[in-house]
Amino acid sequence: MSEHRVIVVGGGLAGLAASIRIAEAGVPVDLFSMVPVKRSHSVCAQGGINACNEVARQQGYSEYQHFDETLIGGDFLNDQHPVLEMANWAPKIIDLLDRMGVPFNRSSEGYRDLRLFGGSLFKRTHFSGATTGQQLLYALDEQNRRFVSEGKVTEYNFWEFLYPITEGEGENKRAVGIVAQDMRTMQIRSFRADAVVMATGGCGLVFGKSTNSVICTGGAASRCFQAGAWYGNAEMIQVHPTAIPGADKCRLMSESARGEGGRVWVPAKKGDTRKPNDIPENERYYILEERYPKYGNLVPRDIATREIFDVCVNDGMGINGQNQVYLDLTHKDPDYLTEKLGGILDIYEKFAGEDPRFTPMKIFPAVHYSMGGLWTTYTPGDYSPSEPMPEHKPGNPIPVGNEQGHGLTIGAHNNAMTNIQGLYAFGEVNFAYHGATRLGANALLSCIFDGLCNGVSVVNYIRDENHAGVSEVDQSVYDNAVKQEQDKHDALLATTSNNNGNKENNPYQIAFELGEIMNNQSTVVKTAEGLQKCLDKIDELSERYKNVQLGDGAMWTNQSLSFTRTVGDMLILAEAIAKAGLLREESRGSHYRTDFPERDDEKFWKASVAKFNPNTGKSDIEFVPVKAGLVKLRPRTYGKTAPEKAETKTPEPANA
Amino acid sequence: MGAAQASIIGAEERKANRAVAVEGRSVIFKIKRCDGPGKPWRWESFKVPTEPGSNVISSLRHIAANPVTVDGKETTPVVWDSGCLEEVCGACTMVINGRVRQSCSCLIDEYAPREGDEIVLEPMSKFPVIRDLWVDRTRMFNALERVKAWVPIDGTYNLGAGPQEDHDHQQMRYALSECMTCGCCLEACPQFIKKEHEDQWESSFIGPQAISQARLFNEHGTGKRLKDERMDTLTGPGGIQDCGNAQNCVKVCPKGIPLTESIAAIGRSATIHSIKKFFTGK
Repeated sequence: MSEHRVIVVGGGLAGLAASIRIAEAGVPVDLFSMVPVKRSHSVCAQGGINACNEVARQQGYSEYQHFDETLIGGDFLNDQHPVLEMANWAPKIIDLLDRMGVPFNRSSEGYRDLRLFGGSLFKRTHFSGATTGQQLLYALDEQNRRFVSEGKVTEYNFWEFLYPITEGEGENKRAVGIVAQDMRTMQIRSFRADAVVMATGGCGLVFGKSTNSVICTGGAASRCFQAGAWYGNAEMIQVHPTAIPGADKCRLMSESARGEGGRVWVPAKKGDTRKPNDIPENERYYILEERYPKYGNLVPRDIATREIFDVCVNDGMGINGQNQVYLDLTHKDPDYLTEKLGGILDIYEKFAGEDPRFTPMKIFPAVHYSMGGLWTTYTPGDYSPSEPMPEHKPGNPIPVGNEQGHGLTIGAHNNAMTNIQGLYAFGEVNFAYHGATRLGANALLSCIFDGLCNGVSVVNYIRDENHAGVSEVDQSVYDNAVKQEQDKHDALLATTSNNNGNKENNPYQIAFELGEIMNNQSTVVKTAEGLQKCLDKIDELSERYKNVQLGDGAMWTNQSLSFTRTVGDMLILAEAIAKAGLLREESRGSHYRTDFPERDDEKFWKASVAKFNPNTGKSDIEFVPVKAGLVKLRPRTYGKTAPEKAETKTPEPANA
Repeated sequence: MGAAQASIIGAEERKANRAVAVEGRSVIFKIKRCDGPGKPWRWESFKVPTEPGSNVISSLRHIAANPVTVDGKETTPVVWDSGCLEEVCGACTMVINGRVRQSCSCLIDEYAPREGDEIVLEPMSKFPVIRDLWVDRTRMFNALERVKAWVPIDGTYNLGAGPQEDHDHQQMRYALSECMTCGCCLEACPQFIKKEHEDQWESSFIGPQAISQARLFNEHGTGKRLKDERMDTLTGPGGIQDCGNAQNCVKVCPKGIPLTESIAAIGRSATIHSIKKFFTGK
C-alpha cells in the first residue's frame, strides 16, 4: 500500500491541532503556512477559552448549558450537533492544554482560575493572562515541533496556498492535493495529498481595517470557493465592540476587560468635554448596564456593538462628539488588573499613550471575526430527542444524560468536510459553530475542537478500504493545476508598470476602496440600499482589477504580487458576503437590517449557501434549513429593559 | 546621516515627542534596502505623510502604494515581514534608529514629531536577509527544537488534568512563556553571531531566547523529564558558557522577560549537570 499523506493549510490553533492529531495517528502531514506557524493569527486571541468546570458545575452549569448558550448566542443559525459535541469536549480540551504546559492562571489554592465572559452568567472561561490565544498557540506549536523533529510533520513556512487540486465532478469531486508558492523564491509547485485540511482563518482584511492580522485576507477560502467549495453564512461578520482605532489596524481590547469588571459609558450630557475622571458617577451613562440589567456589560458582542454604535452614531453622544466610548477599569485594583489583563493594558498604553489602570480607555467597534466560512457537513451522533428541547435552566436535569459525546458520530468521514470529498474546513474557516454571533472565548475552543475531533475523521477517510489513493492520479492533473497558477502569476507580473500615479489600477487603492465600502455598508447596520451600493462598487472594483498594475516585477520575494493576486480573491469573497447580506431580509445576531429589523424564522432560519458561478464570476446564493432538531427556537433578548417584539412564527426544525 | 548616528531615544523622550507632534506633517523614512541574498545594499529615502496614530507599518504601506523616493525616482515597494500588528507575534521586528524593536508599536509621533524628521529603518543584522527589511529567523525555531522546548505528553487523548501548579509558579512560567521569538535579544547580544548557513548554527552561541525557553520547560512538572537532554545541548558547543554577561538581551526584550535570570538559572543547572555527569560518567 502506498503511503498516505495529508496536507494542512494554516498553522493556527485549528491547523496545529489537526496536524498533531493526524501525525499522532501515524499519517505524515505537510503543513503549509504563510508565516512561521508560531506567528499565526491565533496569537492575537486574548480573553480565554470556555469550558464547563467543577466550580460552575456545582452551581448548576453543565456542558449542555454551554451548548444552549452558544445556540442562543448564535441566534440559532449554528449547526446544532457539532456545537453539542464541542461543548462536551471543552473540559477535556482544557485538561489536555493543561498537560501541554499552558500556564493557565491559578487560584490561590493552585486550581485553574476562571473569569466571566459574554453571553453567560457563569464563570466558565479559562485564561492565561490576557494573551490566552498566544499561550494556546505556543503549546500546540511546541507539540507540533516535537512531531517535526521526529519527521512526522513537514512544515512549509512562508508558502502561500494558491489552489486546491481536485479531480472528478459533482458529488464525486475530491481533493487530491494543492498548488502552493514559496513566498521567497516564488517557486510554484504542486503537492499530492489524500486529504486537504483548510485551517486558514477569517477574512478581516476584506473590511480594510479590522482586528485581524495582515494575513487574514480570506484569500485561501476564496480560492476553495472558486474551485467549487460552498461558502456558508458569508454575511455573518462579527464586529467586536471594543477596539482601539489605529492608522494600520484596529487593536482588540478583549471582552475579558468587561469580564473582569470593565464598564462601558459615555458622559450623560451630550458635549460634556470634561476629562473622564472629572465626571461624577451620576453624570455618566452606563449604556449596557442600563439597557441590559441582567447581563450588563456582558451581553453578546453584536448587541454591545449595536448599542455603542447607536449611542455614538444615532444619538451623537460619543466622547467629544466622536465615535468613541469609554471602557473603564479604573475602579479596580491596579495590581489585580496587571495580573489578569496585563497583556492588553500594555497594548493600550503603547498605542494610546495612557495607562488604562488610571484613565478610562477610549474604544469603538471593529470587524473581528467571520462566523461564516466554508460550508461543511457531518454525521450526527446518537442523541436525538423526540422533540427539540426548550431553554435549559441552570440546575435542571441535562437532557443528554451523563454520557458525553452524543452530538457527532466521532470519526465519521464527513465531519467538517466541505462539499468536495477530502477537502475539510477547520477553525474560523468552518461555518458550522457560531451561527449569527460567536460568543467570546468560544473561538479558541472551536478551532482546537475541530483539529482534535475532526482530525480523526480525516485519518479515517484516507484509511477507508474504499479510498482510492492519490498515487494513481495522473500527473497531468497536477501539471495542469500548476500551469493555471503559473499563468495567472506570469500575467500579473507582465502588468508591472511604473505608472504609479494611476490610482485607478493600483492594487492597494482597490483594496482600500473595497475595505471602505464593505466596512460602511456590510457590518453593523445594513440596508438593501447600502448593500446594493456595496455590490455596485465591487463590480466597479472588479472591472478596475482586470487592468490592475503591479508595482514590482521582481522574481524574488515579490510581496506586491502576492497581495495583488489576493485582492482579486478578496473581491470575489466580498461579493458573496454583500449579496448574502442583501438576500437575508431579516435581522439575526450580527446581521442587522434596519429595513428588516425582526428575526424571520419562517423564511430565514436557514443558512445562506454561496456557490461560485464560473460563468458570471459571482456567487449564486440559496438558503437551506439550519441543521437543528435538538433545541427549540426562542426569542433572543438577553433581558433588554424595553424588550423588542420577539418573533411570532416558529417553523418546524429541519433534521441534519 | 547614517544609521549609526541616528539617535536612540528613551521612553521619556518618546512621550515628550508625542505631546508636541505636529499634525499633518510629513516625515522622511531612510531605508536600507537589498534585493536578495548576495545582492548589494543601498539606501533609499521616502517622504511619507502622517495621520493620527501613524506607525512604521502604516508608513511602509504608504510606500508600498506609492513607491517613489524623495528624489522622485520610481522604485519597488519595500519588502518587510509583519503579522498581528499588536506586538504579540514578533514578525515585524527591525532596527529602527539603531535600536531593535517591533515596527508595529513604533509610533511616528514618538520618533519624528516635526515636519521633515527622519526615521531610519534597517533589517536585523544577525540573520540572513531575504529582501529589504525581511530576514530569515529559521535559526530561532531550530534552536527551540535543539533544546526540546516542549512538554513530552503521552498523547492528545483525554487523560485528565496536568500537574497542579501554585499561583506564583504559574506567574513565573507565564512571564517566560510570553516570548514571541522576535529575536530582539539576539540582535542585541554581542556573543550571538550571524551565521548564514544551517551547518554553522549548532557550534555558535545559541543565545538567550532558547536558554530562557529551556528554563520554561525545565520548570514544568512533566517538561522537566527532558531536562538532562536540554542541559546536554546547553552545556555543549555554543551553549550557556558562551554567554558574555553583557545583559543587553534583557534591556531590549519587548515583553520584559527576565532573560538574565533565566541565564543564571540555566547556568546553575549546567554546573549541577556537569558535576552529575562527571560522577556518573553518563
